[in-house]
Order: sequence, then structure tokens, then C-alpha cells
Amino acid sequence: MSDAAHTFIQVQSADFNHAEQYSALRDDCPKIGAIVTFCGLMRDFNDGDDVSVLELEHYPGMTERVLAEIIEQARTRWQLEGVRVIHRIGEMTPSDQIVFVGVSSAHRIDAFAACEFIMDFLKTRAPFWKKEKTRDGQRWVDAKDSDNKATERW
Amino acid sequence: MLNILYFARLREDLGTDQENLDMPANISTTAELRNLLMARGEQWQKALSSEGLLVAVNQGVSDWNTTLDGSEEVAFFPPVTGG
Repeated sequence: MSDAAHTFIQVQSADFNHAEQYSALRDDCPKIGAIVTFCGLMRDFNDGDDVSVLELEHYPGMTERVLAEIIEQARTRWQLEGVRVIHRIGEMTPSDQIVFVGVSSAHRIDAFAACEFIMDFLKTRAPFWKKEKTRDGQRWVDAKDSDNKATERW
Repeated sequence: MLNILYFARLREDLGTDQENLDMPANISTTAELRNLLMARGEQWQKALSSEGLLVAVNQGVSDWNTTLDGSEEVAFFPPVTGG
């Protein structure tokens, strides 16, 4: 199968099931020796304030293109089998799952590295924006320098 | 015809998410398009000069030197904050 057939990218408002995503990666190919998954959740605090609701919007079309490019770059650097990325949009409350990145590979080192790489670039390149509701009202979340720095190590 | 999109804080500050624009003959880059839009008034001037403003052309990450022929989808948006 081609790399594209082993790549799954989805932007959705619905929640996702971690176990199903893990199974999909595992069933994909018998050559797999390692699966690394990352799940990003909504926190109930940010910049010192309680946050009750998070709203996520994106740029349909461009988001999927950027994610595909990031995964392609990861595939040129490491030996990967399956890659699955799910990002949710819409309203979220604390503890909700926001993002899933799962990578399978013959070897753990490749899977660990690629999962981190994809997450770092997703945060700094993919066109998503967060708006949070606090007791004082709504505010757009600012981009963080630490996220940009995280991409520099690659 | 240019299809211009605005996202997130920019969309709210400008009060619009999309517009079609016949590209004037004296405009040929993303920077010139931004200047044209900024000349619409204080609200536009302020929103489009915000720190870290990004531009995408035909859904690909772009910069301010990118040439336009007048048929593109051009999107302006603030730094991204997903994940």
C-alpha cells in the first residue's frame, strides 16, 4: 500500500475513541513493532485564569493540506507505517479530547520522534485558532514562543 | 476575482469572514493587497497591522512577496493556536 493509504487526517466536531484509533493503527500492518499515540486535552486553566469553555475554529481545506505536508515531512525523516491525526473543532469543555496523533513504525525511536514532530508542527503551522471563555468574558488565545521554539529542535 | 478570507480575531475585528474583490491593476503582491485593504480606514489599518499576521494564497502558507494574478483565494489570519 502507498503511504497515502496509511495516512488518515480528519477535522471533526465529534469526539474520538482512543482505543479505536489505536486498533486502526495496529491492524494496519504486521510489520509494526511500535505504536506511539498522543492525546491533547482541554485544561481548565490558562494564563492564570479558570477557563470553562474552549471554542476552536479552522481554515477548512488549508488545514488538511498543511497536516498532509507535515506528515509527508515526517515520512521522509523516519520509517513510518500508519499515521493518524484527528483534530476537533467547535465547543469544548475541560477534560475533552482536542487532538489525537498516532504513529506506527517498525521501531519505537522512529514512532516517538515522528509523533512529537507532527504535534510540534501541527501547533505552529496548522490553521486552528482557540478562543476561551473565562469569568471575565471571551478572549482569543495567543500563540506561545515556547511552541515555536519546540519546532526549532527539528 | 480575488476571494479574500479572514479568520479568528481578524474576522471579528473586521466584522466579515469573506469578500470578493476585483484586483486593481496597480496591485500585484500580497503586501500591496494588504496595503490596499488597510487604506479602508482605522479598523482595517489596525487589524491588518497586528503582530504576526499571516497570509495564505490558494490554501498554502505564503509571504508578503507572493505575486497575485487576481484569481486567487487569499486568507489573512493571526498566529495559529491549535493542538
